[in-house]
Amino acid sequence: MSKLLRQSFVLLLLMTVITGVLYPLATTGLAQLIFPHQANGSLIVKDGGPIGSVLIGQSFSDPKYFWGRPSATSPNAYNASASSGSNQGPTNPALTEAVKQRIAALHAADPGNSAPVPVDLVTASGSGLDPEISPAAAQYQLARVARARGLSPARVQALVNACTRGRQFGLLGEPRVNVLQLNLALDAAQTHGS
Amino acid sequence: MTTNDFLQTGLFLLVLLLLVKPVGSYMALVFADAPNRITRFGGRMERGIYRLCGIRSSEEMSWKRYALAMLLFSVLGLLVVYALQRLQGWLPLNPQHFGAVSAESSMNTAISFITNTNWQGYGGESTMSYLTQMLGLAVQNFLSAATGIAVLVAVVRGFSRRSALTIGNFWIDLTRSALYVLLPLSLLLTLLLVSQGVVQNFRPYADVPVVQATSYTETVKDAAGNSVTRDVPVTTQTLPMGPAASQIAIKQLGTNGGGFFNVNSAHPYENPTPFSNFLELLSILLIPAALCYTFGMMVGDRRQGWALLLAMLLIFVPLLLACTAAEQAGNPALAPLGVDQHASALQAGGNMEGKETRFGIVNSTLWATATTAASNGSVNAMHDSFTPLGGLVPMWLIQLGEVIFGGVGSGLYGMLAFAVVAVFIAGLMVGRTPEYLGKKIEAYEMKMASLAVLLPCALVVIGTAIAVMVPAGVAGIANPGAHGFSEILYSVSSASNNNGSAFGGLSANTPFWNVLLGICMFFARFPLAIAMLAMAGSLAAKRHVPESAGTLPTHTPLFVTLLACVVIVVGALTFLPALALGPIAESLMSGH
Repeated sequence: MSKLLRQSFVLLLLMTVITGVLYPLATTGLAQLIFPHQANGSLIVKDGGPIGSVLIGQSFSDPKYFWGRPSATSPNAYNASASSGSNQGPTNPALTEAVKQRIAALHAADPGNSAPVPVDLVTASGSGLDPEISPAAAQYQLARVARARGLSPARVQALVNACTRGRQFGLLGEPRVNVLQLNLALDAAQTHGS
Repeated sequence: MTTNDFLQTGLFLLVLLLLVKPVGSYMALVFADAPNRITRFGGRMERGIYRLCGIRSSEEMSWKRYALAMLLFSVLGLLVVYALQRLQGWLPLNPQHFGAVSAESSMNTAISFITNTNWQGYGGESTMSYLTQMLGLAVQNFLSAATGIAVLVAVVRGFSRRSALTIGNFWIDLTRSALYVLLPLSLLLTLLLVSQGVVQNFRPYADVPVVQATSYTETVKDAAGNSVTRDVPVTTQTLPMGPAASQIAIKQLGTNGGGFFNVNSAHPYENPTPFSNFLELLSILLIPAALCYTFGMMVGDRRQGWALLLAMLLIFVPLLLACTAAEQAGNPALAPLGVDQHASALQAGGNMEGKETRFGIVNSTLWATATTAASNGSVNAMHDSFTPLGGLVPMWLIQLGEVIFGGVGSGLYGMLAFAVVAVFIAGLMVGRTPEYLGKKIEAYEMKMASLAVLLPCALVVIGTAIAVMVPAGVAGIANPGAHGFSEILYSVSSASNNNGSAFGGLSANTPFWNVLLGICMFFARFPLAIAMLAMAGSLAAKRHVPESAGTLPTHTPLFVTLLACVVIVVGALTFLPALALGPIAESLMSGH
């Protein structure tokens, strides 16, 4: 028993050093060497400082911006330091109520649009930080954004296309539009255009 | 289901099956008794470890000593994880200055990680220091997985050895699992994941300005004690950082599943692209599937390994398709509101609540079924928000005892218990003494196999009953009606089968839930493993029975079907009544 205990203790110590210290240090070193941009959060840098991450969505509610997925993080939407889904079940009346309000907000920002609303635009993402929307959700908002900015729909469409990624390797995942990149591109287009 | 749903599912299964043989035969070499090119390659490091620990590599253990070593090692690990959480406030590598975790939450988490469950009552990015994540949680990700593989290897030796008193050496099996199997695969996976955007650094969280400033309302007490609301402006966003990729790699490969961040693999920093999703998904099932092949090689008949794998697939694939179909059909409650849930070239459609855009439906359901078939428990979509039938599938896969792939090692030794029960039932039908892999199955083996099969079932049913009778249990429910019962049933099932995923709405970080689930996790892991080791000890001592005309061959389609049926019948008889009160009732009410 005491021999087993001693062996346990020393083996746990050695394994802790190997898997708990050497392994994360070695992988961090390699990651920082080979993929420094990705390893540090895929930050978007402007004027020398980070202004967001390609991978982490932000909250948009202004009609001149494309809106992302609804976010269930608290206390505010897209709180990246406390990722969370809504965990509302499909039959929960609170879910139906939330979806109604989201549809109402979309209609209030764009009263003329009576098209069916793409589901991802009115349902909360799993992480609450989803950086992307479906191309359908982008199309739904395109006319509104163009009008609010006084840009031609064709111009906005071109920017949407530039921020759209198809299935990875043509097969994996789903096509999607990066909302933060798109909105930054819109702001940049207007600054240069005016 | 769409064409693309089928394509992505098919590709995943194909790649998985192609990897079974190379990875499986590699592991067979790792655990072979005779030295070979692989154990020679790492021999110096391995021998160094043994020397420091005072382990003689020639020493063999009886099943009792093997079990005792496993238990001691696990309990010691438990104490370390517990202490790290309680003391993290005073320890280094804590840039966010997190304080001590509460006693019952620390104990729950410690049990959770040493039992390879990785149930998480806490939110990673707001609770655990980098040091706790690395030295406590990540280390146990390796060691609990290595322990599972070690126990499996010992159980298989029970079948392959003849008239033997020993079943191997726990220290050696553990060390080899960690050094030769888990570590190299994790290194490779970490780098692949970082290339996709998973973070791997030791920086403090990064504050960035937001493009559109927003605000939220907060209710606070003023000086007079009255509640007042005020607007809080939001002008920055705090991006979490940390050594995530290295931990995610092992959490998937070791069927651990404990996330670095709160929402686990739904978090864009844990799982940023469809390709990272594919890699993580593959890692969930890779070792459990490949171990079937290893098993076949170790008992000297590869067909036996393929037969077990086939029985697993026979249950896995139909359930996967059912889950995908249910989720792709969408939520009927949303259709009348003017929501478009149809799949098209521009959107995945379906029930997108709790799912990420980049994964859509099929990658979320593929993950949900894989993570619950294997006892992984990581999630890339919120199971609580699945449709009633879509959520029934992962819940039932857990309740089947985590033997459809299952945890690394533990899944296969659980399946071997079912195989023993299956040959026993077949033996009863034809009136002959049952045999499996040349060993007579007698009363002692049957007792141990029954214990292994029934113990998790009992824990689920009794635990759920206690939770719904006690106010502290019901207090955790988030969703009304039948779905609330599903949340409780799912959580107890998850803990009692060492899965670790949740219907996340349940507020389980309370003293009641931490204690109940802690007990479930502990008893699901160790008594079961010890019963299987006891069976192995008894089997190893037996002589080999030559095959005769009366022997039931255990590699045929007949036996594969029988085995799958036994697993399903046990799962259905035990859990259908409870499932009827939860997801089935909810489905009927929602008009599915």
